[in-house]
Amino acid sequence: MMESQLLPVRAGIVPRVAATAAAAIRDAPRAAKMRSEHLNVYYGGFRALIDISLDIPERQILAIIGPSGCGKSTFLRTLNRMHDLAPGTRIEGTILLNGEDIYGASVDPAQVRARVGMVFQRPNPFPKSIFDNVAFGPRMHRRAKGGALADLVEHSLRSAALWEEVKHKLHQWAYALSGGQQQRLCIARALAMEPDVLLMDEPASALDPIATLKIEELMQELSRRYTIVIVTHNMQQAARVAHRTAFFMANEQRAGFLVECSDTATMFTTPADKRTEDYITGRFG
Amino acid sequence: MAQATGAREKLTRSGSGNGERLFRGVVTAAALLVLLIVAGLGVDLVWESRQSIARFGLGFLSSQRWDPVHQRFGALPYIFGTIVTSLIAIALALFIGVGAALCLSEIAPERLQTPLATLVELLAAIPSVVYGLWGIFVLAPCLRTTVEPFLHNTLGFIPLFSGPQIGIGLLAGGVILAIMILPTVAAISRDVIRAVPREQREAAYALGATRWEVISGVVLPYARSGILGAAILGLGRALGETIAVTMVIGGRPQITHSLFSLGYTIAAVIANEFTEATYQLYLSSLFELGLILLLITMILNVCARLLVWRITRGSPGTVTV
Amino acid sequence: MSSASAPAARPSLALASLQRRRLTNWLMLGLIVLALAVSLVPLVAVLAYAIVNGLPGLSATLFTRLPRPVDVGAGGMANSMVGSLVIVAIAALLGTALGIAGGIYLAEYGHGKLAFLVRFFADVLSGVPSIAIGLFVYVLLVVPMHSFSALAGAVALAILMLPLVVRTSEEMLKLVPGSLREAGVALGVPRWRVVLSVLLPAAASGIITGTLLAVARIAGETAPLLFTAFGNEFWQRSLVKPIDAVPLRLFKYAIGPYDAWHTLAQSAALVLILFVLLLSIGARYYAGRNRLQRQ
Repeated sequence: MMESQLLPVRAGIVPRVAATAAAAIRDAPRAAKMRSEHLNVYYGGFRALIDISLDIPERQILAIIGPSGCGKSTFLRTLNRMHDLAPGTRIEGTILLNGEDIYGASVDPAQVRARVGMVFQRPNPFPKSIFDNVAFGPRMHRRAKGGALADLVEHSLRSAALWEEVKHKLHQWAYALSGGQQQRLCIARALAMEPDVLLMDEPASALDPIATLKIEELMQELSRRYTIVIVTHNMQQAARVAHRTAFFMANEQRAGFLVECSDTATMFTTPADKRTEDYITGRFG
Repeated sequence: MAQATGAREKLTRSGSGNGERLFRGVVTAAALLVLLIVAGLGVDLVWESRQSIARFGLGFLSSQRWDPVHQRFGALPYIFGTIVTSLIAIALALFIGVGAALCLSEIAPERLQTPLATLVELLAAIPSVVYGLWGIFVLAPCLRTTVEPFLHNTLGFIPLFSGPQIGIGLLAGGVILAIMILPTVAAISRDVIRAVPREQREAAYALGATRWEVISGVVLPYARSGILGAAILGLGRALGETIAVTMVIGGRPQITHSLFSLGYTIAAVIANEFTEATYQLYLSSLFELGLILLLITMILNVCARLLVWRITRGSPGTVTV
Repeated sequence: MSSASAPAARPSLALASLQRRRLTNWLMLGLIVLALAVSLVPLVAVLAYAIVNGLPGLSATLFTRLPRPVDVGAGGMANSMVGSLVIVAIAALLGTALGIAGGIYLAEYGHGKLAFLVRFFADVLSGVPSIAIGLFVYVLLVVPMHSFSALAGAVALAILMLPLVVRTSEEMLKLVPGSLREAGVALGVPRWRVVLSVLLPAAASGIITGTLLAVARIAGETAPLLFTAFGNEFWQRSLVKPIDAVPLRLFKYAIGPYDAWHTLAQSAALVLILFVLLLSIGARYYAGRNRLQRQ
């Protein structure tokens, strides 16, 4: 009974579960690039996240999964201080980036966001040309101009696997691209800032399967150089791309908490917590 | 069943069909009235200015001489005054109005946004004649004693700010107009700025933008066609506004380089001289001035829409002006 | 651009690296706040001026007496006030009835080219200078009737009001849920009855708010009355003879040479502002309250 229920899920995660020894070494825990310690988030009087302590390993992909309303996106948005924009949000605890507290008194949130890039659920390119979209961040931060800027844009577009498709139309309107291309443009836009960490909030949920596959391949490629955190409601996607997976749930007060976090293979085969097993076998959520 | 047959008889149109036709006729007539009024406006003004058009031709537009005693009429000083005051108005109102709109939508705490916006809109409720009164007794003295001497002392090397400082005149007219079109510019700008999607702002913040960089890099470019529409609409208002300007412009038809000097606008000369026009050609010339005003404002209105359509094609910036 | 070695070389998160951009940020945000402050100055200044200067002269005689020559003593503007009320009342009646009818056409029957034209020219009409409308009505009514009149003034103001009411009514009628319309039609009620007995009441609060705002706007208009109502120093019982209005009298007194006139003008300004502000604040309050009730 249980076997038959697990099967379809396992079938989806075969590539990673049946990893080679080399891959097992690659997936071994690394030093934390970011770390949250006893993180609590409040929206006014409502507590949205309870005591999250979690390591984000360097140059790996951490997937955050869980039923809707479990605080996945809320957690992700604490990592680049996006909550600062919503009045009434309060954060307790510590989030370290390279050992430095990003909520420290002398830290500028804009600088945090310059170092922790973000890709959103729906592609949100600016109403500008493809080139100007990618150049937006470097220009603003005065990182590069002229030829150096053009090089940086090309490099970012190559990293986002979009260069070949757009190299002849860099000065065309970004909205002329397909949804998948727009999302990769948004990834290129984030990469142009050469971020330490890349946050992705359900980056493929608005895309078709082929575009989704491209984004997933791209993430694998990027994880060799970047630290990536992805929020997804799609367990198969987590199983396919992530090195480590964290499972969030909401309690009766609708506050999110971390159930467990382990390497992806372990999470999907021998989860430590009964609730994780129930979730990945489709018993709820 | 018996009742059903009773109802069935009514399926054949009788009284109710007539009611529908009558009602439809009435509301259609009301709608057509709008077209009739616009058409009538144009036709009437052309017809009434026929004498002046026949007599002066295009020279009416280029002549500087407005001399009822010798039956010579030229509109240039009035066109000049109208354009100068309107440009001053739109320059001031655009910066302050867009700034106010940004403050209302991007900076002010949410609870204060609506009350503050209402206060700005109330500026539009104050009657023109009251602004004129205030302009005569408060604004013009203030310009004369403070603002104009300051401009003269700091920027006096520019011809615009040279000359005697008398308070009333082109500058006073422009400032009054700016105040009057400010609520229009601010309200439309606020609407288009609020229509900028949250995702656009978030994308910029996520790249490490400061609040001003989000505004200048994303919000304003996204809303620019709508803001352009607001500016053109404001300009149209300024061109046609009559009473307040009449009261502070000084009423002297002249073309000068100084903003401090007295001037006259098309609307103001119509207001002042129409009921004193003693012969037909005089009256006709005033009608032609009205026609010019009507044409300019109508062209601006139509252009505002066409321009906005052209700019927004293919972009998500949708605008209702 | 391997980021492995980057962290050590990266600048710290601390403020120093951003000084210039932060400075620009605060400067520009400051200017934006200043812009809002500046745009509120005229409202406060005009209100303060009208209250400070208008209140002392606000007496019963203003409302009960006719204008008097300056050397005879304090006059009033009773005739102007009555004239204004008469003109605005007729204009509101005309403008509201025709405007709502036009709005019904656009919302319920207007789909084709004609509706597009009506919509377009309603917007164009709302941008026409009010003085041009004064000229138009002068030709239309004053010349044929050989007299300035309350009626001509009212028609001019009604034309000013018309596009505002047409567009508001259209928008408000379109906001009524389609299910209400279908429910009415499904009962076998003729369409016009559905419009009058179901849709119009459902859209009433929005239309009333829009109409009140339009009335507030025309009540203070001067330019279109100059060549239509014209003004009058005395009582006028006839609707087809020249009649006075508060804005006309205010205009005359403000640009006149006498201090006594200026005092009267200031009091009249206060009365006019109060009337117009009460109307438009009332309209907004009414709209806000209705929105709350619906939620």
